[in-house]
Amino acid sequence: MAAGLQTADEQVVAQRPKGWLSPTNKRRWANFKANRRGYWSLWIFAVLFILSLGAEFIANDRPIIASYKGEILMPVFVDYPEEKFGGFLAHTNYRDPFIRDEIEANGWMVWPPVRYSYLTANSYIPHSAPTAPFWTMSRAEYCGGYPQGEDDPECMLGNLNWLGTDDSARDVLARMIYGFRISVLFGLALTLFSALIGVTAGAIQGYFGGWTDLLLQRFIEIWSAMPVLYVLLIIAAILPPGFWVLLGIMLLFSWTAFVGVVRAEFLRARNFEYVNAARALGVGNGTIMFRHLLPNAMVATLTFLPFILSGSITTLTSLDFLGFGLPPGSPSLGEMIAQGKRNLQAPWLGLTAFFTISIMLSLLIFIGEATRDAFDPRKTFR
Amino acid sequence: MSGAATDPILSVRDLRVDFHQEGVAQRAVDGVSFDIHRGETVALVGESGSGKSVSALSILKLLPYPAASHPSGQILFKGRDLLSASEKDLRAVRGNDITMIFQEPMTSLNPLHSVERQLAEILAMHQGIRQSAARPQIIELLDQVGIRDPASRLNAYPHELSGGQRQRVMIAMSLANRPELLIADEPTTALDVTVQAQILELLADLKKTHGMAMLFITHDLGIVRKFADRVCVMTGGKIVETGKTAEIFNNPQHAYTRHLLAAEPKGDPLAAEGAARTVMQAEDVKVWFPIRKGFLRKTVDHVKAVDGVSLELRAGRTLGVVGESGSGKTTLGLALMRLIRSQGSIRFEGEPIDSRSFAEMRPLRHRMQVVFQDPFGSLSPRMSIAEIVGEGLRIHASDLTAKQRDERVAEALEEVGLDASTRWRYPHEFSGGQRQRVAIARAIVLKPRFLMLDEPTSALDMSVQAQVVDLLRELQDKHDLAYLFISHDLKVVRALAHEVMVMRLGQIVEEGPADKIFDRPETDYTKALMAAAFDLEAVPGDAVSD
Repeated sequence: MAAGLQTADEQVVAQRPKGWLSPTNKRRWANFKANRRGYWSLWIFAVLFILSLGAEFIANDRPIIASYKGEILMPVFVDYPEEKFGGFLAHTNYRDPFIRDEIEANGWMVWPPVRYSYLTANSYIPHSAPTAPFWTMSRAEYCGGYPQGEDDPECMLGNLNWLGTDDSARDVLARMIYGFRISVLFGLALTLFSALIGVTAGAIQGYFGGWTDLLLQRFIEIWSAMPVLYVLLIIAAILPPGFWVLLGIMLLFSWTAFVGVVRAEFLRARNFEYVNAARALGVGNGTIMFRHLLPNAMVATLTFLPFILSGSITTLTSLDFLGFGLPPGSPSLGEMIAQGKRNLQAPWLGLTAFFTISIMLSLLIFIGEATRDAFDPRKTFR
Repeated sequence: MSGAATDPILSVRDLRVDFHQEGVAQRAVDGVSFDIHRGETVALVGESGSGKSVSALSILKLLPYPAASHPSGQILFKGRDLLSASEKDLRAVRGNDITMIFQEPMTSLNPLHSVERQLAEILAMHQGIRQSAARPQIIELLDQVGIRDPASRLNAYPHELSGGQRQRVMIAMSLANRPELLIADEPTTALDVTVQAQILELLADLKKTHGMAMLFITHDLGIVRKFADRVCVMTGGKIVETGKTAEIFNNPQHAYTRHLLAAEPKGDPLAAEGAARTVMQAEDVKVWFPIRKGFLRKTVDHVKAVDGVSLELRAGRTLGVVGESGSGKTTLGLALMRLIRSQGSIRFEGEPIDSRSFAEMRPLRHRMQVVFQDPFGSLSPRMSIAEIVGEGLRIHASDLTAKQRDERVAEALEEVGLDASTRWRYPHEFSGGQRQRVAIARAIVLKPRFLMLDEPTSALDMSVQAQVVDLLRELQDKHDLAYLFISHDLKVVRALAHEVMVMRLGQIVEEGPADKIFDRPETDYTKALMAAAFDLEAVPGDAVSD
């Protein structure tokens, strides 16, 4: 360095970036937060999703914790045979007055706020199912199904149907909570797996180019030209329906969404000088793709994710609606819509499903918009 | 030349420019004042980041407002303040009274418009001449800027022109309305030395015939010395010294000016003693890219990027490869490194490597390394310096423990003059020169015998270039390295190379010991190259491209 003179070149940026986020990611997070709607959507969605993960603690036909003859029981986790309480069934029905009185006589139990699971039928409905939410009726009406009518101690909040019952007398609120959970989990799993496959395929195409790219690209064009819904219907009719089977079938077609963006990023970045430098170091193809190129493609992929997620949820719902989705009895929003269509005299069915789905999808889209803002480099200057 | 009695045509008073990012204001220009008189050339000199381009862009208000702002300042053009002028008034000035030419002519021209349309647009906008009527004027303009046979080039698109021709078209566009002031922002930086000399000569001629004033922004002191009447030296957003060119160069007052003047890469290559062992030997290397035509993609011809080049490289010596862009210098280097396919025999430390596949080359890679031109592009932005430098060790010295590897990385960083404690930072936190040091550390950490240096100094400021050249010389001495030094910058080559090879169109034009090539060049092409590089003289005739 010349004569104690500090040129601009010699000044090192003094401070090391603080925290676990790199400065770029900090700026992205700031951009994300700047989109207030998306930021709040993220929080609301996160809270709802985490609550729904603990659905067994919110809506269940078993107590969370119970004490019976000095023994602490966890019926949420453990399936106790009814013999334990003097009954004869393989699974204990805690809602049975006999068992209930037996346990309460010898200890206590703590119930979740809603005492129905998604499959539990309410045996004391005032009239034939579906029944309306309890707050639309007078106490005399909604307690009418209980043996002692209005004075029955069982006619209490935990046993009432906040959102009514469906046509098999099952609690709609419980089904909604479980249905929300399974929809989001299905969407997340499908998105994750399609991202894994799609990014890998796009990476291989973009990195190797040439014939590999050409052949895979033509294959994807033919593959994505298939009428997906009909193929899904045909396969769903052959294979036994179930969460993983459906996931597998839908995965066959959903991964192509990622290929385009990832391929483009790899095509662009494979001639970057630092990639050439890595080649000159003798770094293998796999490592170059994973360590040097993938970070570039992740921006495009992450921006895409929330939209794929909401798309997956919609597809699952529509299959359920048509009756080709999850097995009968599963808590499913699509099935709830189908019930709403069959029981137009019971609007709470259709309305619950409609509001659940539209709020869930809106939240995801808002989060997606904020993510897009966060990764937009032109947002730097505002 | 400058008329002290007359009013200046442009007068910049106490100009400040702030850039706002995430609520933080950063001052790029801090109280700059200078005058330009009619017919005068003023040069704004400084290293990158000194604020010279930002000052120039402020004159026509071309900065990204509102991210940029002017906390103070006046820019008086013929007595009228441009900073407070309305957008409409500014449009009448831009491209008419004051015009501008930029560094990169490819991106400054619209790639979808022909030459005629680009020029016609300017004429139509400011003089209201319709396209049909404008043609004779366009041809005249193109003729003025030295485009040969202008009538036949009217329908050419920018990509069909060479870099020099593109810059000539840019100049023609800026001259179309007979401006009173021409702002040239590094107009020759992206061009070859021979073309640079021609463009500078053209600008000087035009200035004389049109009597324009010129504001010349550059980092190249050679250009300043030859063309400017007055010089303003900028650093850190401030003008530290102003004066007549001769005064500044002969009697610099400010320490920074002296530092800048002393910064040219200099010194001599290491003394070469005795016969060193041969590291790399190549015979009749050819890299031909096929041109395929027709339905069956039959090969009809070849682009001969490298056409029959033979060379020998010894330990501790530097072979400089010089030539204009497109002469095949880099392609030759990549072929020797076996990073692209080639024909002809290549022996590395006595071992033939031309028949090895890319996978078979991997065990040899640690002995032959490369440093690329662009220190911004050659470092992965998402890896820390330690990861970047250590990556080669993971492959070639996989028996090292993480701690040993870290020690080797730290050692290599110290060796290239970087503080090893900065190794957990990311490339964007380092300046250009420091990044190039990191790239060199990445190469030498593997203890190579042969280093290909592909224009390692071209993207750097002059004073940083000198430091990198010193570093390279030091490393060569210490490790007995063989360098293949590819550059279009003959000053840097002279400071490093023992032998020089001049390439043109894939072939060797002249080769020999560096002294002989520099002092007694034999071919016309080499002579033209030397004249352009050292004296900024354009040589008439067809010796060089345009």
